[in-house]
Amino acid sequence: LDKIVLVEYFRAQMRKDPDMASAVAAIRTLLEFLKRDKGETILGLRESLKWATDCLTGEDSSVAVSSGGELFLRFISLTSLEHQDLSRCKKVMEERGELFLEKISMSRTKVAKLCHTFIKDGAKILTHSYSRVVLRVLEKAAAEKKRFSVYVTESQPDSAGRQMAEALRKLNVPVTVVLDAAVGYVLEKVDLVIVGAEGVVESGGIINKIGTYQMAVCSKAHNKPFYVVAESFKFVRLYPLNQQDVPDKFKYKADTLKTVQNLSEEHPMIDYTPPSLITLLFTDLGVLTPSAVSDELIKLYL
Amino acid sequence: MVMFSLTPVLDVCTQQQEGKELTKEEKQRLRKEKKQQKKSKEKKDDKPSRDSEKEKKPASAASPAPQTPTQPPAQKAAPAPVPVPASETPSAADKPAKSKAELKAERRARQEAERASKGKKGDVGPQAAPGKPKAPPSELQPVVKRLPEHVQVDNPEVLKKLAKKLERQQVYGCAPNCCGCIPLRSDYGYKVSLFSHLHQYSRKAPLTQQLGIPSTVIHPAIVRLGLQYSQGIVAGSNARSVALLHAFKQVIRDYTTPPNEELSRDLVNRLKPYISFLNQCRPLSASMGNAIKYIKKEISNIPSQCKEEEAKRKLLNCIDCYINEKIVLAAKAIAKYSIEKISDGDVILVYGCSSLVNHILCEAFEKNRKFRVIVVDSRPRLEGREALRRLVQKGINCTYVLISAVSYILPEVSKVFLGAHALLANGYVMSRVGTSQIALVAKAFNVPVLVCCETYKFCERVQTDSFVSNELDDPDDLIVTRTGTTQLEHWQEVPSLGLLNLVYDVTPPDFVDLVITDLGMIPCTSVPVVLRVKNVDQ
Repeated sequence: LDKIVLVEYFRAQMRKDPDMASAVAAIRTLLEFLKRDKGETILGLRESLKWATDCLTGEDSSVAVSSGGELFLRFISLTSLEHQDLSRCKKVMEERGELFLEKISMSRTKVAKLCHTFIKDGAKILTHSYSRVVLRVLEKAAAEKKRFSVYVTESQPDSAGRQMAEALRKLNVPVTVVLDAAVGYVLEKVDLVIVGAEGVVESGGIINKIGTYQMAVCSKAHNKPFYVVAESFKFVRLYPLNQQDVPDKFKYKADTLKTVQNLSEEHPMIDYTPPSLITLLFTDLGVLTPSAVSDELIKLYL
Repeated sequence: MVMFSLTPVLDVCTQQQEGKELTKEEKQRLRKEKKQQKKSKEKKDDKPSRDSEKEKKPASAASPAPQTPTQPPAQKAAPAPVPVPASETPSAADKPAKSKAELKAERRARQEAERASKGKKGDVGPQAAPGKPKAPPSELQPVVKRLPEHVQVDNPEVLKKLAKKLERQQVYGCAPNCCGCIPLRSDYGYKVSLFSHLHQYSRKAPLTQQLGIPSTVIHPAIVRLGLQYSQGIVAGSNARSVALLHAFKQVIRDYTTPPNEELSRDLVNRLKPYISFLNQCRPLSASMGNAIKYIKKEISNIPSQCKEEEAKRKLLNCIDCYINEKIVLAAKAIAKYSIEKISDGDVILVYGCSSLVNHILCEAFEKNRKFRVIVVDSRPRLEGREALRRLVQKGINCTYVLISAVSYILPEVSKVFLGAHALLANGYVMSRVGTSQIALVAKAFNVPVLVCCETYKFCERVQTDSFVSNELDDPDDLIVTRTGTTQLEHWQEVPSLGLLNLVYDVTPPDFVDLVITDLGMIPCTSVPVVLRVKNVDQ
């Protein structure tokens, strides 16, 4: 498959369903790539899948795309591929790919089911930027007839917070948009903080839109619980020690990486929140403490 | 001892269990007998009666029809309050042509008698009998967790039992009054009360001085190794393990199976006195403990039809593989992961001399990473000087400070690399004394702390403080001569003065950001997961 066709297919998938996570779109693209691939050997197939994942990360540099791609590759090759016929092997891999896709499309619902019980009646929630998983959780809580109000940060430079506020207004949830700088000011009023994640790293920390780390530090200082909601395909084999240690390819948007020479003048789009600031993580594998993430990662990857 | 000669029908498939139960029951029975004997006599010295019992037992044990010669040592060990567990398995597995019928009937009779007298007698357990820490507490009597003997030094009864155990750990065939007995090393100097439960030996009185020549019990390679340990010539977790494995290789090369013996059982029994001896010279480290477990497992797994030459070759090969995989290749893997974490312009702080950390830094330097190193050192060992020497020889830019300057220098540091002696099952890191101090200060300055440790150093123990289990080094090391005067020269004469020279301390997992092992980078809290995965593999 050609690179341009691949990227076009990916973009089409993203356009078709804006509610779908970019990682899911990437995995759909990879599955399609697998079906159309004309490779002759299993190893060749693997190589070309890796190449396809790299292309997609070149298009959309979020952590989730690369983690999703790697997990997809792991999942489909985790079965016995000792068949004589290559086409039969490919069939097995395709079936497992479909299974994987089916599992992860249910993941947001599972997360919402686990998390909405932590939102009590009359709660005031603080969230950051636009996250579809958090939106799903709040939808479920509203459907359970809970009354709560939400503070959303504006989240510059792309003002994604306003998009979140719009979506919440449609659910008839009282929502207030606050400045990113007003997080410390607002925290004494809120009861809990819920954020999404672009990636969950091996230490149990998360990578998310810039401003999350600040929010986590402030909520620790105010002793408010800091919850993270993330699907399991966002678990990634990274172990950053501090902000500097996160690889540059995740920090900036894909086109910025390609065009700009001096990265030190660019603003990073994401930051890293260490596990000591996180209370609980809600995933489709269950409700985990940050130290349990490593356990789950070992099960997924080893 | 009178043996009945009834012949009930025995089921073949329960032979295994019968054998095991038999020896355990037999041991219990013998224990109760001995106690009764003691009670019936006046308060005399225990030894003569036990010795006479020991003499009686080999004679009586020989009487029931074909007993293998390994029975006497198993039965000799039996009167000990805790049979050394490794001896249980060989002696339990040991049930070739015994006359089980007679013993079984006798056992039944004794069991009835026991049950009758069980109520009024106290148990052996609560006396905190000594036992190796790796003892599985699956005895038939009500189980009391036994404290390991090396943390019960202030209990005189425990010491007496240990002395007797060492006497009994001779290779059979050697007379009880032979000069080759393993002597008990005596403690030296006043011990600080918090640590009085640990041994404190003096380097000027090595154990080897008390050994007679020729020593028929301990192999000369092991004697040499013990001396090297106690004098501090071989120091450092990896170095000690490798030296131990090489000494065991020599032992295996010189070993010949006695007639009517099986290599798999006899060799394991031979190794026991050596291990006790080495333990006396210097307490075993966690890495050495794991290496010994591995060797014992490999030896016991030798099939009985294997010829001696082939078996020996196989064992030597196993040991070489172990050293290669767990130490050499692991170091390479860890270096590969660590280099990702070292970026250009880094200022790295290291403490003491860890062979692994030095290896990592040298590798990173060869891969053209630009960094400089700050070596922190402490008295009395001053191991940092060795690390400094090795790094400077490679051409790495180094700074040297003492541990008292750590809070001064830390604002300059970007990362801290520490080595480990062992990683405990609850995520605590056991390392050279001073490590937890550095981790604490680094945490206060928000500097990431990375611990590098191979997986063979992971141990199942759980410890939350540095007092419970530690090592006390020679207190005379703290005496220093400056400008002609030696201040602490007569410290023994001052009754209220104690010198404390600790060797290890324990760092909690909240101070450690990352552990780099040969399996990858894991958080400190995931150590039990790795242990679980390893156990599943085995």
